Amino acid sequence: MIWLTWRQFRAQTIAAAGLLAILAIAFAVTGPQLAHLYDTTVATCHAQHDCSIAVGTFQAEDSFLQDLVRLVMLAGPALIGMFWGAPLIARELEAGTQRLAWMQSVTRFRWLAVKLGLAGLASMAVAGLLSLMVTWWSGPFDRFGAGRLDPAIFSERGIVPIGYAAFAFALGVMAGLLIRHTVPAMAVTLAVFAAVQAAFELKIRFHLIPPVRVASALNMAWVTETGSGGPAGPGSLYIGIQPNLPGAWIGSSQVTTAAGSTSLGPVPSSCGPNATYSACTATIARMHLRQVIVYQPGSRFWALQWYETAIYLALALALAGFCVWWVRRRVS
Amino acid sequence: MTAVLKAQGLGRRYRRRWALSDCTLDIPAGQVVGLVGPNGAGKTTLLHLAAGLLQPTTGTIEVLGDRPPASPAQLARVGFVAQDSPTYSGLSVADHLRLGAHLNPGWDAAMASDRIERLGLDPRQRAGKMSGGQRAQLALTLALAKKPELLLLDEPVASLDPLARREFLQGLMEAVVDQGLTVVLSSHLVADLERVCDYLIVLVASRVQIAGEVEHLRATHHLLTGPRRDPARLPEDQHVISASHTDRQTTLTVRTEAPIHDPAWVVSPVGLEDLVLAYMSRTAADARRPELEVQR
Repeated sequence: MIWLTWRQFRAQTIAAAGLLAILAIAFAVTGPQLAHLYDTTVATCHAQHDCSIAVGTFQAEDSFLQDLVRLVMLAGPALIGMFWGAPLIARELEAGTQRLAWMQSVTRFRWLAVKLGLAGLASMAVAGLLSLMVTWWSGPFDRFGAGRLDPAIFSERGIVPIGYAAFAFALGVMAGLLIRHTVPAMAVTLAVFAAVQAAFELKIRFHLIPPVRVASALNMAWVTETGSGGPAGPGSLYIGIQPNLPGAWIGSSQVTTAAGSTSLGPVPSSCGPNATYSACTATIARMHLRQVIVYQPGSRFWALQWYETAIYLALALALAGFCVWWVRRRVS
Repeated sequence: MTAVLKAQGLGRRYRRRWALSDCTLDIPAGQVVGLVGPNGAGKTTLLHLAAGLLQPTTGTIEVLGDRPPASPAQLARVGFVAQDSPTYSGLSVADHLRLGAHLNPGWDAAMASDRIERLGLDPRQRAGKMSGGQRAQLALTLALAKKPELLLLDEPVASLDPLARREFLQGLMEAVVDQGLTVVLSSHLVADLERVCDYLIVLVASRVQIAGEVEHLRATHHLLTGPRRDPARLPEDQHVISASHTDRQTTLTVRTEAPIHDPAWVVSPVGLEDLVLAYMSRTAADARRPELEVQR
């Protein structure tokens, strides 16, 4: 059964290995240069007081490869689900070849278990290797911006891509098994996978670990804008803040009164249309306002990675279990 | 003789339609069994139940003393070629033989490669590029080389031209003689089966109409021709299978164990094809009868 699975899966495996090799070569060529450039320009820029230029120049390095990496990491798991998962069983059902396979001296359970196991492990291995290379290569870039918890970066680094690949693969297999046609199964796989990933990123990931909630006196250094409007309605004072917590993923940041109300009262005259910004901030500073910030600290990167990966792997296992049950009971 | 396939009240339903109902069979070993019936009669369903690809809705089926699919050991004893002889179009003939060798403990590699050579198939050719007849031969080779005791073939010759049909059946018969196996093959054409079968099952509208050894069927069915009369007035032991009347003459196909003595009849033997057609048309007439009543 292992031989048959390998024989049927050979072309895909070789194609994936080829793509990985090409990326590995590109990373091997450019990676050390990037690290060197970072050490000589960005790391020493404080001494020369021109950090913004140095950072800007550095971030523009290898922009094609950066875009490619983003694309590959975004599309990779979905492609695995569509091109490895969906056809795995659907192609057999379309051609009727399961009736050939199941009449060899091998039970259906073993047939499916070996196929699922080998192709599933291959999917995870490809995603894992890809993520390992990307995480290493992108290391210097990831030190800027919102940090590694930034949703665009978090889901493309570390171990979560392994979970995504396993889930997408199992989803594809299940879609192929239920729909029995490769192309519709591929479409359904893409749609469902994208929906699950979006829902996870927007609704679930932030709450995997209870976030940190900090209430303290308003830090005037974090105030980025003042004006009228906001949640309390027109005419009332609005203050926007941007907490400076390096690497943290900010869920929400609010300014409240000392009593805890989000309604900050009418706009003071010193913040009116003709007032100066410094006069306005001076007035606000005297109002004894407070700030409430809910966030995930950057130090939780690996904890969040493990939780998310475990959830996706559990989903993948559940789908695989369903496939086994379905093949043994329902398909002929 | 022991039974290789035993069915008791076997039935299978797809959603609301019964594809096979109340099927009771007892197929003895060492026979070539023909399973005949029109399209959609339930032949494929019966074969899939026997192969263990389907589970029965009602009743039981035992193949080689076990309910299929019991275990890899039982799978090894049953060969099956599905309709249209599915093969992996991307794999070569040699790959298919390796597949068989890897997946079957009792694989006879010498026999398989010998058969492929005799058939003139190129081992390097992909199954997707072969003709329907070649694919059927490849699928049969796979099924034979696992050395089964029971070989189930679903419409093996339906997609073949007459010459390929003859070659396929000839090859099958040689293998049957060599290996001493029991074969069940289905077809909607009696002509395909007439020359090779020892045993016949007629399946119409999801029910087994008759099953028995061909010799016995030939001996117990008669074509009666005589002056016009009502078939209901025949002796008790003569079962009318089909009847047709002109103004003055009646033609009946009857089944009876006893000899026919009535001098009014001209008794002639029934060909296998006519016999099967008689059973098929009987069921078609049964199905039409309620409509006529409504019209009246």
